[in-house]
Amino acid sequence: MADPKLISKIPEGPIQEKWSKRKSSIRVVSPNNKRKLEVIVVGTGLGGASAAASLGEMGYNVKIFCISDSPRRAHSIAAQGGINAAKNYQNDNDSVSRLFFDTVKGGDYRSREANVYRLAEVSAAIIDQCVAQGVPFAREYGGYLANRSFGGVQVSRTFYARGQTGQQLLLGAYASLNKEIAAGTVKSYPRHEMLDLVIINGEAKGIIARNLVTGEIERFGAHAVVLATGGYGNTYFLSTNAMNSNGSAAMQAYRKGAFFANPCFAQIHPTCIPVHGDQQCKLTLMSESLRNDGRIWVPKKMEDVMKLRTHQIKASQIPEEDRDYYLERRYPAFGNLVPRDVASRAAKERCDAGYGVNETGLAVFLDFADAIKRLGNQRVQERYGNLFDMYEKITNVSPWEEPMMIYPAIHYTMGGLWVDYDLQTTIPGLFAIGEANFSDHGGNRLGASALMQGLADGYFILPYTIGDYLSHKFAEPKTDINAPEFVAAEKAVIDRIEKILTVKGTETVDSIHKKLGHIMWEYVGMARNEAGLKKAIEEIGELRKEFWKTVRVPGTNEEFNQELEKALRLVDFFDIGELMARDALHRKESCGGHFREEMQTEEGETKRDDENFMYVGAWEYKGEGVEPELHKEPLKYENIKIATRNYKD
Amino acid sequence: MEYNVKVWRQKNAKAKGHFETYHVTDVEEDASFLEMLDILNDQLIRKGVEPIAFDHDCREGICGACSLYVDGRAHGPDDQVTTCQLFMRHFKPGATITVEPWRSGAFPVIKDLMVDRTAFDKIMQAGGFITVRAGSAQDGNSILIPHDDAELSMDAAACVGCGACVATCKNGSAMLFVAARVSSLALLPQGKPEAARRARAMVAKMDELGFGNCTNTRACEMECPKHVTIDHIARLNREYLKAKFSE
Ligand SMILES: Cc1cc2nc3c(=O)[nH]c(=O)nc-3n(C[C@H](O)[C@H](O)[C@H](O)COP(=O)(O)OP(=O)(O)OC[C@H]3O[C@@H](n4cnc5c(N)ncnc54)[C@H](O)[C@@H]3O)c2cc1C
Ligand code: SF4
Ligand code: FES
Repeated sequence: MADPKLISKIPEGPIQEKWSKRKSSIRVVSPNNKRKLEVIVVGTGLGGASAAASLGEMGYNVKIFCISDSPRRAHSIAAQGGINAAKNYQNDNDSVSRLFFDTVKGGDYRSREANVYRLAEVSAAIIDQCVAQGVPFAREYGGYLANRSFGGVQVSRTFYARGQTGQQLLLGAYASLNKEIAAGTVKSYPRHEMLDLVIINGEAKGIIARNLVTGEIERFGAHAVVLATGGYGNTYFLSTNAMNSNGSAAMQAYRKGAFFANPCFAQIHPTCIPVHGDQQCKLTLMSESLRNDGRIWVPKKMEDVMKLRTHQIKASQIPEEDRDYYLERRYPAFGNLVPRDVASRAAKERCDAGYGVNETGLAVFLDFADAIKRLGNQRVQERYGNLFDMYEKITNVSPWEEPMMIYPAIHYTMGGLWVDYDLQTTIPGLFAIGEANFSDHGGNRLGASALMQGLADGYFILPYTIGDYLSHKFAEPKTDINAPEFVAAEKAVIDRIEKILTVKGTETVDSIHKKLGHIMWEYVGMARNEAGLKKAIEEIGELRKEFWKTVRVPGTNEEFNQELEKALRLVDFFDIGELMARDALHRKESCGGHFREEMQTEEGETKRDDENFMYVGAWEYKGEGVEPELHKEPLKYENIKIATRNYKD
Repeated sequence: MEYNVKVWRQKNAKAKGHFETYHVTDVEEDASFLEMLDILNDQLIRKGVEPIAFDHDCREGICGACSLYVDGRAHGPDDQVTTCQLFMRHFKPGATITVEPWRSGAFPVIKDLMVDRTAFDKIMQAGGFITVRAGSAQDGNSILIPHDDAELSMDAAACVGCGACVATCKNGSAMLFVAARVSSLALLPQGKPEAARRARAMVAKMDELGFGNCTNTRACEMECPKHVTIDHIARLNREYLKAKFSE
């Protein structure tokens, strides 16, 4: 039974026709009316920058916000490996339906079919758009676009610009954004952090933001608000996300009535540089593309492991027959290219069994010796040169001589604000795009698909669907930022800041955040169980109390105050962490990145429970300290045969 | 490991700045430079001293946020890295390390080690784009680009917009930054119709915003963390001259 509060608005008809049908039913707004319509976009990553640029091109009046000093520095800039698109340029029989199928399967059958199909459908146009913007994608010698393959698929559909694909795509979107800023359709507010959402008569009408330079609390009104604020991976303190990535905007929306979907689905990336000590605040990803040519292994013999840990031998000295290429052994069909969740758990399994190759026992090898032999130095340099350099800078070890050491780390969050087919949340007028929404990746995201989703949402989907909502609004006057709802929201923000500043305790924000990270990684990390999750909820509650008693945030609101920024975000991370644990506790199945120890096969693979959990779990906020209410959107698969994910044969 | 950190403190844009020296302890051997500052900040806060403000985000050398002048060099003593990719193994234990913000008229200090680089955004808004609307592009493979051109274009496009080139130039010129964008696009067939306008507009904006003139000292190239070379400045000059002739 469909939940009356979760109307997904999926158009009727065959899946191939749904998107065109929806587009043709969207009312269009005349140019002179578009100018009167104001849209706030929060976030300048791939999702936000592309959406704001497109909305500007269409003639809407747009305001865009970000935390960094320039829109170009959004977290998307750090994406390395590539972006997928069903172009079939390699003539390997790729197609929209194959990309669709791979994405649904990769997501372990927990994503919404219609959305994923649309994503695959618009993917090709993204590449065309980016090429036209001057994105210098890698080319073959004949001048055609080059591709590489990525985990979880058997075709080569990933487009890339060295190891800096996210940077180049974002600079493309940033350029389009600049074009609109120059044209006067978009106004940019860098170093402005949204601190609350304003709802008037049940509709999203604006935001409260803090000018990070002056500390001024400002009100901004609009006819609709778009959140493109990224994921909440930093709940774990240590992750591959940028330092300023946070989940606060989504939490503000959640507290104002937007449902939060599948919070427990977080992705752990198998190839990150292992933690080196407890003073670290950020983990570095080594692109998944490395798994194309790199081979993952640990020693077969415990004595070799011990010698490695005590630096008596080097990895390169261990003979071939004494190495356990465990992914190739367990998953012959996909080998080193199994999806991320599978690769991460396999690394954990080997390390738990005692075969971890560094002092902490939490690392495996990623080896390029064979690739260098097969491809030669120059091709390896071209493909991975900058990643090798980066690795060497950080670890002081050259991957040309010794294999890299890697270990899984938190990387991406599939969960996010619940949205319907139009990317609208449960709050009318509030839309969510990019990593901030939940819609396309189910329980696990395939590599190179986040960039695709961000740009699909921003260039091609949201600008249309939001038009339908706005078409009913052009007669409405400009939103009045002196309305009581704005005044109240602003006051709440000022009170929250005041409350933090007056604690004047002894502990730094980071030291408390680190504790939250430990709880999350221990109990809501790669393997979860009932007792642990209950413990997590309890401990997070305790830690929250500790925060309000002991945190020390120096300085005032009326100045640049990075500790205050971090403290405000941490308050929301407590809530997200708790929500993640609660969701993980209720989902008594293993699926995608969510591994419940109680639910595994004898071989240690995930055991999904389609009968009881084939739904999107969307949480409704019920007030502070009150348990949120779970709503279910059942998932129907009409175009894909549901199967157990199999990467073995 | 322990260090002495001599750091620029400035309350806000209007305040007068000064150096303070702090002692930082318990820095792990593998720590990065910014992790050392995190540790120092943690120690300062506990002592009741306001932490040092500095820009950073990705900590992977790609966002271009970090921007510290360390021991007299933009991004510090290591070559071709951003400050976040600088590691403490480059400093002798016990050393005194001097940390300053970018110093350039076009980049006013906001607080401590943080400067305002919105001038870069303004230059980009003046013309650093190709005017294409979403949905109007032709098939990506209908524009063939020789492999080496794409690679060269990518060399320039690697610019992270950090501003080290400006900070290090005795004239405070933004030529390398502007050249990176103009050259990256000039090497591709896309956007040719507006190439002349782009070069003219971006250079004019750079001059208007108070960046200095380029006198080919090559200091920028030496300090650029992304190895953007002054060959791109030569290409910008050619584009600019072409644009002037076509006027
Ligand atoms: C190291 C790394 C490598 C990756 N590589 C790949 C890859 O190769 N391929 C792939 O497909 N995906 C990759 N991903 C994932 C992908 O980069 C992200 O999922 C994607 O870029 C998210 O884009 P976004 O637009 O949704 O959000 P983001 O890029 O995270 O942008 C969020 C924006 O919101 C702003 N913001 C947030 N909160 C507020 C607030 N309260 N007020 C104002 N502004 C706010 C931020 O300032 C920022 O501008 C990678 C991720 C990481 C961490
Ligand atoms: S050209 Fe180099 S130094 Fe200048 S902004 Fe770009 S990356 Fe930084
Ligand atoms: S923090 Fe991003 S480049 Fe240094």
